[in-house]
Amino acid sequence: MADASIGLWTVPLAVFGGAIRVSTPFLFVSLGECITERSGRINLGLEGTLVMGAMSAYGISYLSGSPWLGVLAAGLTGAMLGALHAGICSLPRVNDIAVGIALMLFGTGLAFFLGKPLIEPTAPRLPAIDFGWWSNIPQLKAALRINVLFLFGVALAPVLYWAFRTTRWGLLIRTAGESSDAARAMGHSVLLIRLRATMVGGFLAGIGGSFLSLFYPGSWNEGLSSGQGITAVALVIFARWDPMLCLWASLAFGGAAALGPALQSVGVTFGYHLFNAAPYFLTLAIMIITCSPKRTLTGAPAELSITR
Amino acid sequence: MDFSSISRRRLLQGSAALTLGTALGTRGATAADTTIGFIYVGSRDDYGYNQAHAAGAAALKKMAGLKVVEEEKVPETDAVEKTMESMINLDGATLLFPTSFGYYNPHVQKIAGKYPKVHFEHCGGLWTDKDPKNAGSYFGYIDEAQYIAGIVAGHTTKSGKLGFVAAKPIPQVLRNINAFTLGAKLANPKTTTQVIFTGDWSMPVKEAEATNSLIDQGIDVLTCHVDGPKTMVENAARRGAFVCGYHVNQSPLAPKAYLTGAEWNWEALYPKFIKMLAAGQSIPNFYRGGLQEEIVKVSPYGPAVSDAARRHADEVKARFMATGLTIFKGPLVDNKGKTVIAAGTERGQKDPELEKMDYLVEGVLGAAA
Repeated sequence: MADASIGLWTVPLAVFGGAIRVSTPFLFVSLGECITERSGRINLGLEGTLVMGAMSAYGISYLSGSPWLGVLAAGLTGAMLGALHAGICSLPRVNDIAVGIALMLFGTGLAFFLGKPLIEPTAPRLPAIDFGWWSNIPQLKAALRINVLFLFGVALAPVLYWAFRTTRWGLLIRTAGESSDAARAMGHSVLLIRLRATMVGGFLAGIGGSFLSLFYPGSWNEGLSSGQGITAVALVIFARWDPMLCLWASLAFGGAAALGPALQSVGVTFGYHLFNAAPYFLTLAIMIITCSPKRTLTGAPAELSITR
Repeated sequence: MDFSSISRRRLLQGSAALTLGTALGTRGATAADTTIGFIYVGSRDDYGYNQAHAAGAAALKKMAGLKVVEEEKVPETDAVEKTMESMINLDGATLLFPTSFGYYNPHVQKIAGKYPKVHFEHCGGLWTDKDPKNAGSYFGYIDEAQYIAGIVAGHTTKSGKLGFVAAKPIPQVLRNINAFTLGAKLANPKTTTQVIFTGDWSMPVKEAEATNSLIDQGIDVLTCHVDGPKTMVENAARRGAFVCGYHVNQSPLAPKAYLTGAEWNWEALYPKFIKMLAAGQSIPNFYRGGLQEEIVKVSPYGPAVSDAARRHADEVKARFMATGLTIFKGPLVDNKGKTVIAAGTERGQKDPELEKMDYLVEGVLGAAA
């Protein structure tokens, strides 16, 4: 019976596997929010977008039989919710944070309402790519069954980092976020830039949702997100609006989420509530260490309603 | 998130009224209409605990002269008091089913004292003589079904290691873990059960992580006690492990991996309650029962269950059905080496001591606190 067990190695392996399995929704939502916030707007509604994305991906995958169509549907749903947020926020004297909270409730409520008949059926899931072919340890093989969405997210982070720095589009988004007057003086519509940035952000968050329902944990139910969307929005601040830091922060969160169950499985039974809370504990600790009352957050776009 | 529950509640009322309306169409309203309120802690179609209760509520909706109102996702806080009061005052409910463990103390007790004419039937609580007379608690000895699932699991496992994904270390959960383990030890005395607590009733990502960690440890048969077993069942089946279900029959989710499961049978019990009331009897304040009383049942065996396992499980089930069987009897040692039930003592199912269980028996890997 000892041959199938890898003992204490479970913990680092679970943290590693968890970093890959659990991090993807965080990664997509935080990269999406990064784009939106860099353009000078906060979309707190991404929790709702994530849940709507999860529900619509599951529904479309179930009805059409194609999970990839589900991913596309999730992205489009997210983009529509993003357009709704940006549309309402472009009206005068509208607070983007309040709209975001409203859309968060709207998105989750609508997803729960439309998703009722989807809880029982089983939809086709996204395939995994087997990167563990070289290993004969089943646990490692399982941890290395990686979904292509994760790889796409990992590739997207450096692309965004590069795009913000060196492309015309990146510059425009940053200009709208740092000084809307400057963007207007250059002859660009700030509202249009923000509309596009919010739609792209919503698109990515919707895809993050499709990962939840179509890959891991891999089915639709109402507790599916349990606040991951809102955590990911906070991650952006934590990552200082830097796409590469978003990637590392998402991986750290995924790994931390796996820590609690993994420690219990090898017999560390004390304080599991604390270990289960590890991701939140991590956020608090880093926020406290890095914040200062004497200056605004480094890297914060100047037009954001929280920094203005 | 509190705002959203208001609209959902209205929506549910609306749909309940709609179905009632169609029912009333042919029958005509009678003065004897009774309104019954059901309160769920999670979503009522979670493929688990709440769905089992909702199936019971649905059985009542089919009965003449009853109106059922429901509210889901009511937290185990002051919120449930508000829900109960609004069901009593706005909907005119005279019988309430607050179905989650944490509702009872202090919330149901408080509201029951305030509305002596309304009857409260709480699922899982421990009613004592000091509690209001219009409150009662009912529960099923689902550990009997877990015991049988344990026998099947013990026969099926090749590594001798079973896994249990649990929500919180409360007595009912510990009792299920212990019964499952004791059943498995009947099949093979060396079997162990590794338990992981996720910390709450519905945490899909944690449950999936727990499932993966357990399988990484070489565990090949898993079961759970969380609100929605769907996540555990699907993820375990994907990794090639066998599963025992909980709350309702989850075999459609994993037809090959599903061995058996412990299910509630509320759709048989709730109409019984209503018939008692209609006959002018009162429902006993402390109502319990197991397989024999048809409050719980065992899922049909899956294709992977061997003939030996079937025979063994069926034989024990027949003893439960005929005379009742004592699961927890001395000498019983917990997993810290302490004797928790002395030799010669038998703790029958109705023994209130069992509802205060705070230990894990020998063979369980994990800690109760």
